[in-house]
Amino acid sequence: MWTPNSHPVSGAVSPLTDSARPRLLIIGATSAIAGETARSYAADGARLFLTGRDPDKLAAVRDDLRVRGASQVDTAQLDVSRISDHRLVIDSAIKALGGLDVALIAHGVLPDQRGCQEKVAETLEALQVNFTATIALLTELAKHFEAQRSGCIAVITSVAGDRGRRSNYVYGAAKGGVERFLQGLRQRLHRFGVAVVTIKPGPVTTPMTAGMKKSPLYASPRRVGQRIRRAIEDRKDVVYIPWFWRPVMALIRSLPESLFKRLNL
Amino acid sequence: MGNTGTDSRAYNSWGRYPRAKHSRVLPVFWRSEPPALQDLTESVLPFACGRSYGDSCLNDGGALLDVAGLDRFISWDEPEGLLRCEAGVTLADILTLMVPQGWFPPVLPGTQWVSVGGAIANDIHGKNHHRAGTFGAHVTRLELLRSSGDRVVCTPESHADLFRATIGGLGLTGLITWAEIRLKRVPGGAVSTERIRFSGVDEFFRLAAEDLDHEYTVAWIDCLARGGRLARGLYIRGEHSADRSKVLKADSRRMRVPVDLPSGLINRITLAAFNALYYRSQLRSTRRRIESYESFFFPLDKVLDWNRLYGERGLLQYQCVIPDRAEGAIEDLLDQIARSKEIPSLAVLKRFGTRKSPGMLSFPRPGTTLSVDFAHRGPTTLALLDRLDRVVEEAGGAIYPAKDARMSGPSFRRFFPDWQSFVPHVDPKFSSSFWRRVTAD
Repeated sequence: MWTPNSHPVSGAVSPLTDSARPRLLIIGATSAIAGETARSYAADGARLFLTGRDPDKLAAVRDDLRVRGASQVDTAQLDVSRISDHRLVIDSAIKALGGLDVALIAHGVLPDQRGCQEKVAETLEALQVNFTATIALLTELAKHFEAQRSGCIAVITSVAGDRGRRSNYVYGAAKGGVERFLQGLRQRLHRFGVAVVTIKPGPVTTPMTAGMKKSPLYASPRRVGQRIRRAIEDRKDVVYIPWFWRPVMALIRSLPESLFKRLNL
Repeated sequence: MGNTGTDSRAYNSWGRYPRAKHSRVLPVFWRSEPPALQDLTESVLPFACGRSYGDSCLNDGGALLDVAGLDRFISWDEPEGLLRCEAGVTLADILTLMVPQGWFPPVLPGTQWVSVGGAIANDIHGKNHHRAGTFGAHVTRLELLRSSGDRVVCTPESHADLFRATIGGLGLTGLITWAEIRLKRVPGGAVSTERIRFSGVDEFFRLAAEDLDHEYTVAWIDCLARGGRLARGLYIRGEHSADRSKVLKADSRRMRVPVDLPSGLINRITLAAFNALYYRSQLRSTRRRIESYESFFFPLDKVLDWNRLYGERGLLQYQCVIPDRAEGAIEDLLDQIARSKEIPSLAVLKRFGTRKSPGMLSFPRPGTTLSVDFAHRGPTTLALLDRLDRVVEEAGGAIYPAKDARMSGPSFRRFFPDWQSFVPHVDPKFSSSFWRRVTAD
């Protein structure tokens, strides 16, 4: 199922106090985007707990972050669609790091829209990973952050969640649903001093989009990953990455359905 | 994923000549999950930063393995200075991480945007070749993935022949997934430099005779100058320095050439003006100062995509080595270049040392190396390079495959007598435009 491995890096001399070395839990740490966020934190000696499905990939990410300066990196194998595993993994992360300053939810799968239209099971599987699992993780995490009255929960959704489109509405529906949940969560946790950040990247050149035709609109994982760190540190509410997606999606959202349904957008 | 300085992944070489059309590009994101090479019908070649000038990084009609995603560090053994990393890690990544900790790559080329895999496959050399030899001399082990699916860890002792074939092997022996290199300790990120004006090849050789007293040496020369002023230039020396006054962090302010400039912008008139200014810009005959490592090693990296200054036609780089016994060959080459109508921007001279590389197709050998960038003006440029080949062949020298776009098969076989021991190690599914060209006739 899962096995945490705790191997603090020896010899990493850090004059910073504990509070300057944040403790991060990253769900879906083998994501290209989250990997760049993790690298940014690692360079400053952060302490990290990573989860992912593939142990070899997790190990590769762990080793990379250690060399880059993370003062502690632990991992646990987790398939987020197995809801019953969530609690144990989260508890394990809290135990390993001695608490959590940031939880970053970065897992996701880009379903084949056509395939989902043909088979209900495919649609439901995509929703299970992209929506249900995320909601379950947030429910568990919210309890912890509310109790500690500090910290930040950040979730990577997508501009696709801003409006359902013919080409990717199974993906968009899940991301949109998560955003709605995060709005409520933000309002609930604000009075406890906990920030909830909704991260909305536009298209990014990652393994997830490897099969797709690229346009100049695609951003690099490094740029997005680093922007996410800034958003977390600034405790933003909703962030579009790059920034130009904010006005673009505002325009797209403003189009009336009677017009939008006729478009090829 | 990839520090190439450009977002659009058009798979060209640095000189942008020749062009290649690839059947497909297979990205490699995880060393634990390589593509199934056995299933490919066409040949394949690894591609990372694409800084080779000619066609040694291209596979026209075949497939490319884009290994920019293999950009992770694996382990760092500090007391020994042994760094293990995936083959797509760039020297820029290593510098950014290691210089603040007081460690440095053993060999650096003229740009930091090269991958570790590329550095090994081309057995690159740098301004300290006379002391440190080539990059391959500092590789302790590497893992090679072959099209059969086998992963072989090669060291100088284990699978030694495959190790020696892979160093300088131009990506033809298989995919290097990771490698371990030995870094060196440095007192800081600054370099104390000395720049000396010189005139004439004789003066160059006099200055070069003192190379072993210095860690890094190289000379820039003005190729357009003729007669008595043949090979006037600047001799540059550098040592690592503990000086902390210079900013050590990577200065991220860079210019980028956003589009291809019209081909005629770099011509003999503008070049002569540039050379005159550059030579005169140092008023005193010798000038000493402290520089950041970026400014000393990678002055051209300041302008991203500088190859676009040459326009659509691209550029041809000619780099050769002339052994010492061939007296006058360097002057002969410079003379031929000056007398032609070609545009030799950027020319560099350096003495190679005697430290042997393990690579079978390694380019550096004791003697003097001359590198010249030419704007590609068409058949006349190619004809000049053919004439230069004759000089190099007669001198018993060689041309550097990493820079080459046009050397012939017979020339290649003369330059690299070890090529026959190399051939059995070429992976059956791996090939490149360069390899097909030099084995065709």
